[in-house]
Amino acid sequence: MPESNPALQLEVSDLHAHYGESHILHGMNFAVPKGEVVTLLGRNGAGKTTTMKAIMGIVQKRGGSIRFEGQELVGLPSNRIARLGLAYCPEERGIFSSLNVTENILLPPAVKPGGMSLEEIHGLFPRLKERGGSQGTKLSGGEAQMLAIARILRTGASLLLLDEPTEGLAPLIVQQIGDIIRGLKGRGYTILLVEQNFRFAATVADRHFVVENGVVVDWLPNDQIEQSTEKLKRYLGV
Amino acid sequence: MFELIGIPPQALFGQMLLGLINGAFYAVLSLGLALIFGLLNVINFTHGAQYMLGAYVAWLLLNFLGINYWLALVLAPVVVGAFGILLERLMLRKLYHLDHLYGLLLTFGLALIIEGVFRNLYGISGQSYPVPPVLTGGYNLGFMFLPLYRGWVVFVSLVVCLGTWLVIEKTKLGSYLRAGTENPTLVQAFGINVPRMITLTYGFGVGLAALAGVLAAPIYQVKPTMGADMIIVVFAVVVIGGMGSIMGSVVTGFMLGLLEGLTKVFYPEASNTVIFVVMAVVLLIKPAGLFGKAS
Repeated sequence: MPESNPALQLEVSDLHAHYGESHILHGMNFAVPKGEVVTLLGRNGAGKTTTMKAIMGIVQKRGGSIRFEGQELVGLPSNRIARLGLAYCPEERGIFSSLNVTENILLPPAVKPGGMSLEEIHGLFPRLKERGGSQGTKLSGGEAQMLAIARILRTGASLLLLDEPTEGLAPLIVQQIGDIIRGLKGRGYTILLVEQNFRFAATVADRHFVVENGVVVDWLPNDQIEQSTEKLKRYLGV
Repeated sequence: MFELIGIPPQALFGQMLLGLINGAFYAVLSLGLALIFGLLNVINFTHGAQYMLGAYVAWLLLNFLGINYWLALVLAPVVVGAFGILLERLMLRKLYHLDHLYGLLLTFGLALIIEGVFRNLYGISGQSYPVPPVLTGGYNLGFMFLPLYRGWVVFVSLVVCLGTWLVIEKTKLGSYLRAGTENPTLVQAFGINVPRMITLTYGFGVGLAALAGVLAAPIYQVKPTMGADMIIVVFAVVVIGGMGSIMGSVVTGFMLGLLEGLTKVFYPEASNTVIFVVMAVVLLIKPAGLFGKAS
């Protein structure tokens, strides 16, 4: 077992995961350095979301190793994993319809010191302050996405897992989400981002891992994305 | 003395009070069922047996340990709730990933076993439980006589239902419960120990049933079949109110109790069936129940 590198906040090695009978991840290998924004790029069904869910312990049938700040996550239930300082923003956003906007923001318990206060979150997302009393279901797609991100900033988690935060949103909102992600990086958060849209990913990320059929087949630092455009298009089938 | 539509007011208000008391039991019992169904997705058929257990624990405490009504009001729900937690940990938990039907069958089987054991121990005739001395007697309100103990039952039920509703709607714990009812996986991924929350919710719901049992002991006879008689009506109440709706089950419980009481005055022959007629009509017109959301 290699010594864990303190500069790497998350190290995933030979990760396998199953949904019932189907084997989805076939030995994923990648690492996320502290303070970086890292994307998982890949087509629909490549296993990006499953990787996120395996890291969070939502997919329980998993093998291999996931180390967060040196601690093994495989074998832990998802509530224990969250308590270590990982926070998850799901693709479907998961806004609770029986809770209003403010209740949604306040729902995830603080797991570490250093999370943002409600005031800071409102400063970052003024729209959510205005909509504070509305039910979770009465939001536009953009507002719901903002809420899903805002919700995990109070907890003090240092690694944020964002699953396709730009999916189905208007270009202007996508730009705002990009600003937010860059702002969060500036505050020292480490972010693992799942994306299909590599043009968006290129505006926020430091490095990219390409996922195909449940394995990482390639990676590149963000400054090489220009010369690798053709290759990426082939991987993503666009 | 004045008369209303040919009915003496003593009879009218008397029956309405009886209805209100039945409604109080329906409300507390269906509240527990709704809580359990919301978070566990289990239709808890053991609820009636757990209500009966509450009454028997109170009776046993009094007769074997000399523990009075007031202590039993606290102790019996704790004891029966703890028994519920054991059931959840050892059995129910293993069925969550399966269809609703399995939880229903398990809890139905358990209800039959528990009832059978008590039938074997105490027969079917039933034991009486005295009204606590402070609550004996009653007041003449002018238009009717109000037995003190019956007023107490309605009061306690209202407090318990309102308290539970406030906790669910206004507290942090309540927001975990509401969110957990919608998407337990995500709530757990935020760091909340959802399996423990489920266990405690089941324990609380069962404790409510036992509390209703203790409240019922001095009014109805303490007997093994008391839960089975009650639970059928309570399920109708839950269906009418809407599965999983907290406020719905409470309001419907009281309303249907009253309706039953009024039916006894105006058309006594239908008093045992009126709730089921309402259930059939509601199911035809609004299958999700009066307060339920169609899913």
